[in-house]
Amino acid sequence: MNSAAETKHVPVPNTTIKPKSRDSKSIYSIQNFSLWYGSDQALYDVQFDIPANNVTAIIGPSGCGKSTFIKALNRMVELVPSVKMLGSINYNGKDIFSPKYKVEELRTNVGMVFQNPNPFPKSIYENVAYGPKIHGIKKKKVLDEIVEKSLKGAALWDEVKDRLQENAFGLSGGQQQRLCIARCLAIEPDVILMDEPTSALDPISTAKIEELVQKLKEDYSIVIVTHNMQQAARISDKTAFFLNGEVIEYSNTDELFSNPEDKRTEDYITGRFG
Amino acid sequence: MSLVDKQVIQNKMSKRSVKNQIMNKLFFSATAFGIVVLIVLLYRVFSEGIGHLDWGFLTNFASRFPEEAGIKAAIVGSLWLMAVTAPVSLLLGVGTAIYLEEYASRNKFTRFIQINISNLAGVPSIVFGLLGLTVFVRLMEMGRSIMAGGLTMSLLILPIIVVSSQEAIRAIPKNQYEASFAMGATKWQTIRRVVLPAAIPGILTGGILALSRAIGETAPLLMIGALSFIAYLPENVWSGFTVLPIQIFNWTGRPQEEFHLVASTGIIILLVILLFMNSIAVIIRNKFSKRF
Repeated sequence: MNSAAETKHVPVPNTTIKPKSRDSKSIYSIQNFSLWYGSDQALYDVQFDIPANNVTAIIGPSGCGKSTFIKALNRMVELVPSVKMLGSINYNGKDIFSPKYKVEELRTNVGMVFQNPNPFPKSIYENVAYGPKIHGIKKKKVLDEIVEKSLKGAALWDEVKDRLQENAFGLSGGQQQRLCIARCLAIEPDVILMDEPTSALDPISTAKIEELVQKLKEDYSIVIVTHNMQQAARISDKTAFFLNGEVIEYSNTDELFSNPEDKRTEDYITGRFG
Repeated sequence: MSLVDKQVIQNKMSKRSVKNQIMNKLFFSATAFGIVVLIVLLYRVFSEGIGHLDWGFLTNFASRFPEEAGIKAAIVGSLWLMAVTAPVSLLLGVGTAIYLEEYASRNKFTRFIQINISNLAGVPSIVFGLLGLTVFVRLMEMGRSIMAGGLTMSLLILPIIVVSSQEAIRAIPKNQYEASFAMGATKWQTIRRVVLPAAIPGILTGGILALSRAIGETAPLLMIGALSFIAYLPENVWSGFTVLPIQIFNWTGRPQEEFHLVASTGIIILLVILLFMNSIAVIIRNKFSKRF
């Protein structure tokens, strides 16, 4: 499937486009990126840079392409067979669609947390150890350490340390989502993509995840899709506003929310539509 | 002014509930029919066959004398046959299912294969017997051996195993795949560590049910020339053999009344084995069904 998608992707020549703002080193550089599902175009000429060690929020109404966009960043979007892409996405200077750059390698560097918690029907320990194991780490002692470190990183260790061998499905929804974050941390990625990670959770669990995101951004670059504008305002440094598959506005979060440049952004964040 | 006329509702009320009652009874009798037939069958088999059932019946070879006739060669033959059929059909069947569900791209060709696998499941077993006779016994010169019989049986139940394995794999939620791929797992790692562990209960259930069908099949083995009277145990997969249903079939064909009772005893043994296999399938299904 992956090879088929690669043939469909036509990279454009690397034209130098100045990023709108550059506070720190950028980890992703997206240029003229368009995407189709069959004949339906979902993204139009998306173009911006995602900075390292920041939280970048992607907001917009339902169906605006924000989930599609974040899934393109680790090529998960290719699981849809009919997808076609044009343009380029560079991760750390490497074209992620280049045949030389293995999709498995990309996904090892770029972890993902999904909208609904999706732990495996295995023990808590095995869930976290899954990533290291598939990448060839077999030593029990190392795995033990990774599991502890990752669960601590996801603020779940104290709640589960006495029942690591129990099935992950016995955890609450919020705990499951933090377990999925721990599972993602276990392969020590550079970037964590989060696709509406709190939309299936109650307010208390949501607060915990938000707090966690604040802590994680010290070590990771985080891209978070959310339909909750307050959440974007609370936790992100940069915000991109998507509408009908286009990036309408992309700037520092406090600027975008206090002083939006585009009329449509203003309408959206003041709740006039969406 | 209300559009819903309360009087009409009242008038229809009793008629509706009577209809419901009639349907209830109708469906009950449909179910009861099957159960009654089963009870009659079991009663006849047990009343005729139970008298002959003793340890000697299980440990004796077939004999000219009904009182000495036993089913040892047939039981051992059926076990040998399963020893060939089970691994061959499960490996090929699960392999095909994994390819079709996970690796094959969805196009006209794979759809064509898919339809034909379902069609194969409906082909009469005697046709598979003819195929086995032509290909395994004659063309590949396996003779009337356990190997030829086992491979023929594998072909017979292969479509059932493929379809049930596909269903087991398809029942796994997409988010499990996403979770694994997003960690940088390859397709095979995902299949090996996520898909198969979750699908194995379903695959085993389907496999056991298919194997229990193979144990009860007679026609294809008659076709390839399984023996009906042997007084020795098979030594290896190239030996001649007989199986339970053929032994039973042979006994019912004898002129002596006595042998018909022996056949009933054989049926009891066959039924016990089938019930045992089916209950294992049920246990596996119940134990692992609530996973997602």
